[in-house]
Order: sequence, then C-alpha cells, then structure tokens
Amino acid sequence: MTDLSLSNQAIAGKTAPPADARSRRLPTQWFGVAPFFIFAVMFLILPTLYLMLGAFQNDASEFTLANIVGIFDPPNLSIYLQCQGASWLSWTPGNCQLPTILAAYWISIKVSLASALIGAFSGLAIAIAIVRGGLPEWIRSATLTFSGVASNFAGVPLAFAFLATLGRLGLATVILNTVLGFNLYAHGFNILSFWGLTLTYVYFQIPLMVVIITPAIDGLKKEWGEAAATLGATTAQYWRMVVIPVIWPSFLGTVILLFANAFGAIATAYALTGSSLNIIPIVLYAQIRGDVLHNAHLGYAIAFGMILITGLANVFYIWFRTRSERWLK
Amino acid sequence: MKSGRFWAWVVFALGAAYFFIPLIATVEFSMRMRRGAYSFDAYQIVLGDARFQATFMYSVVAALFTIILGVLIVVPAAYWIRLRLPQLRPIVEFITLLPLVIPAIVIVFGYIRMYGSNSPLPFLANDTATNALLVIGYATLSLPYMYRAVDTGLRTIDVRTLTEAAQILGAGWSTIITRVILPNVLIAVLSGAFLTFAIVIGEFTMASLLNRPAFGPYLQNIGANRAYEPAALAIIAFAITWGCMSLIQILSRFAPKSANRPN
Repeated sequence: MTDLSLSNQAIAGKTAPPADARSRRLPTQWFGVAPFFIFAVMFLILPTLYLMLGAFQNDASEFTLANIVGIFDPPNLSIYLQCQGASWLSWTPGNCQLPTILAAYWISIKVSLASALIGAFSGLAIAIAIVRGGLPEWIRSATLTFSGVASNFAGVPLAFAFLATLGRLGLATVILNTVLGFNLYAHGFNILSFWGLTLTYVYFQIPLMVVIITPAIDGLKKEWGEAAATLGATTAQYWRMVVIPVIWPSFLGTVILLFANAFGAIATAYALTGSSLNIIPIVLYAQIRGDVLHNAHLGYAIAFGMILITGLANVFYIWFRTRSERWLK
Repeated sequence: MKSGRFWAWVVFALGAAYFFIPLIATVEFSMRMRRGAYSFDAYQIVLGDARFQATFMYSVVAALFTIILGVLIVVPAAYWIRLRLPQLRPIVEFITLLPLVIPAIVIVFGYIRMYGSNSPLPFLANDTATNALLVIGYATLSLPYMYRAVDTGLRTIDVRTLTEAAQILGAGWSTIITRVILPNVLIAVLSGAFLTFAIVIGEFTMASLLNRPAFGPYLQNIGANRAYEPAALAIIAFAITWGCMSLIQILSRFAPKSANRPN
C-alpha cells in the first residue's frame, strides 16, 4: 500500500513540474479534515480549556489556587444546601452533617463506583452465562439486543421507571408489602437515596458491561480449555489460571469506563431525587443555573475536578485496554 | 457441565427479572390512572398534550440537524484519513473519545461561558443561534458513536480504488464523496444516525442549561408535577430507544460483511 503511493508520487514528480504539484496539493491535503478539526477545537477543546484555565484564575484574571482550595472548604455549599432529611456522608436519617462540595464529589464517586462494580460483576456473570453456559442460541442474541437498548435507556425516563417500581407506590414496593408483608421503606430503603440511585444506575451499567465484555469472553479460545484439560487442570484451575488472568485487564478497563459513565450522568439523578441527593453534577448544574456558590470561578474549579476524575479514569482505561488487546486478538 | 448450565439459567433468570420488573411495573403504573380499572388515560393525556407535541417535534428536528451536522463533519474527515492522512488517525480517535471523558454538563458549561452574549461569537444572543449551539453540542455528544460507525463502514470498502476509479472517470471531490463514498457507507452512517437520534431525543442536561424547549426538560418537568404521566412517558421513551436499536440491527443485515482489503 505505501509502496504504491510512493511510486505514484514519484511518477507525479517526474511528469509535472514540482512547484505546480505542490501548490495544488497543499491546500487540498487538509481540506477533508479541516471541518472536523475546526469543530473539535471550537466546540470541544477550547470550551474545556476555558473552564480549566478559569479554575486557576480570579475575577481579575490573575493566577490563583484559591478556587481549588475552595473545593475543600466546608462552608461553601451550606449557603445553598440546607441540611436535608437524608444526610450526606452516612446515609442514615438523623445523622446530618454540613454538606460540602467535597461531600458531593465523594457521594458521586461512591455511587459511580458502587454502580460500576455491581454492574460489572453482574454483567460479567450474564455474559459468561450466555456465552459459556450452554443456553439456547436465541437467548444470547436476545440478551445482546436487549443490552443494546437498555444501555441507551438512561436519563429522565429511567428515573420514572424506577419510581414506578421502587417508589413508595411502586409495583415492587406494593407487592413486597402486600404479598410478603415486607415493608421496604420501613426497613430504611428509599429510592431517593444512595442505594436507590445506585440500583437505578445499574440498569444501564449491566447492559453496557454485557455489550463490551461479551466479545472478550468470545475471544477465549476453545484450545486453551482443551490444553488445560489435557494437562490435567480441573475446571476451577482452568478458570483461576487461564480465564481470569486473560479477562482481568478488559474487566478492569470496563469497570473504569462504567465509573466514568456514571460519574458524568445527571439527568437520571436529577429526575429521581431532585436535589435531595446532591451528587457533584447536580451541584454544578445548580451553580450554572444560578451561581448558588456566589463565585463563578468556583464553578470552573468543580468542572475542572470532574474532568480530572473522568480523565484519570480514562487514562487507566486505555492502559488496561492495551494490555487486554495483547491476548484477545 | 450440567451444574454449569443450571447456574447459567439462574444468572439469566435473575438478570431477566431485574430488567423486566421495572418495565412491567412502569407499564402497570402508567395504566393505573383511572381508579379501579386499567386504562390508557395517561397515554391519551400525554399524547394529547400540546407541550408534548411541541417539545417532541423540537427534539426530533434538533436530532435531524444533529445527524446532518455530524455526517458533514465526520464523513469527510474519516474518508480523508483513510485515503491520505493515516498518520492523523490516533489524534482523531483521541478527539472523538473526548466527549466520553468530558461530561456533557462540563461541555455545555464551557459553551455558556465562552459563547455568551458579550463574547465575539454570541451564540446565546438570540434563539436561533442558541438552537444552533444546542445542535452543535448534540453533535459533539454523538461524535464518538458517529465516528466509530462511519469508520467501521469505511473499513469494509476499498476507499482508495473507488476514489481512483472515480477520479479516472473525471469526478471531482464533492462528486466522489456524495455519489461514491456516501452511498457505500450509507448503512454505517444510518446506524450512527439512529444511535444519535436515540441519545439526542430525550437529552436533558444541554437542553435545560441552554433553556431550549426540548423533550428532555419537558420530561423532567412532568416528572416533578404529575403522578401517572411520567410512567407513560417512560414507556414511550423506551419504545423509541427500542425502535432506534431495532432499526440499527435490521440495517446491519444489509451491510457488506467482508472487508475487500483490510488496512
């Protein structure tokens, strides 16, 4: 392929005067990618850089670390958020602590991590079941199709679905109460809480895991199992010494992807809990709408922190991915 | 292996329960509006609501413009990178992944601060420009999916030979892209388009922060004020997502299967 184009260039160089060829080539060379790069710079890179620089500036555009320090400053958020029924750091009613930006980050990280881990392990189990479990073929294709739909079924409608299921009048709540005599809400469960939100996020996390990890499990070669069996390995040994080490990097990589996926999400949480569970995107949302922190640059600092966390997560994701691709070619 | 199959069924059944109970519950809840009997009242009210129709149409139009903008940006770039500038591929792939790294709320926050009424490019100065900015934001969100879909489509055709053949026949660049390349990757572009549609139609964050009368903010508003309508809306939204994904599946059957020349 490269040889061909080289010889083409060589021929072109011989037949046409070089100056003429160059003057015609230079502009067209970049013509096709120019719209893409102009768009990306104007509407993706510059706006992000603008916020990141703003995080390190004060109102007079001078360099400062005060905004970053402000994130760690407890009383900032209390201006906006009065201590609400459900509390922050430990999600038990009555144990109310002053809300802070840091607490909002922390609850966001907890929800994202919990939903990523639950989603990842459940998704892995389902993927293994449909690929290796000897289930009928239609179950596999039906599961994958459904996963494609459910992984995109997020946002406000998902919150509605879970309110109809596990809200105070939701079907699951009512059936548990009337049939089994188990009152979910009397036992401390609340859909507008950490676990409620996590359980809701899992609805798009599991399908995403299934979609991403199924090819990796397909990539496990039959020969490895046969080789292990020939060498006298038990099923447990085969799993422990072959399957898990091979799947591990892509599993961890996907966990991180799920984490970032949940961390930036706002619509589901906002529609589900209003502002009773203030994850960091909701705090930023309130700040953008009404400068509730009374400091524009503090908003930039929050955005900077979010980019930093999802950015770091993705660095790890890429690193794990390159490791997993070594085996699953 | 018999116990393995048993556990596979258990896992599958648990998964199916987790995914179907909320759907069943939502359907049931949406039909509870009339006291003592199941009815489609909630759906009737929702579908008859003028604001539903207006916001839904607004989001459909926004999605269509997003798809057009996405195609205009992505197809020439992906084509050109395959044809002439393969060295740019890692950079472009990195950029198209950025919208997955930078949360949508941060992107739109940047827009609001950078393109405010007093800026050199005042996108927020009037409604038309803000609508344009929303479409631009949606195109940014859909960039990862659009680029991947188009690039996969281009991989299955021989871009170089097609281009050279067209050039020999005297075609210019616009003819090559619109009449040779685009028809060949049409199915890939359409799958990207349906995915974009599914993402954009109920999008909340950007539309809400740019104060646009889109479907997502309408959903949120109904959710905060009504009891049974949200469940009906959730079912409608699920049906739309399902429709988009089914169309992608159906389309993928028509896509060329083998790569003529892998490169």
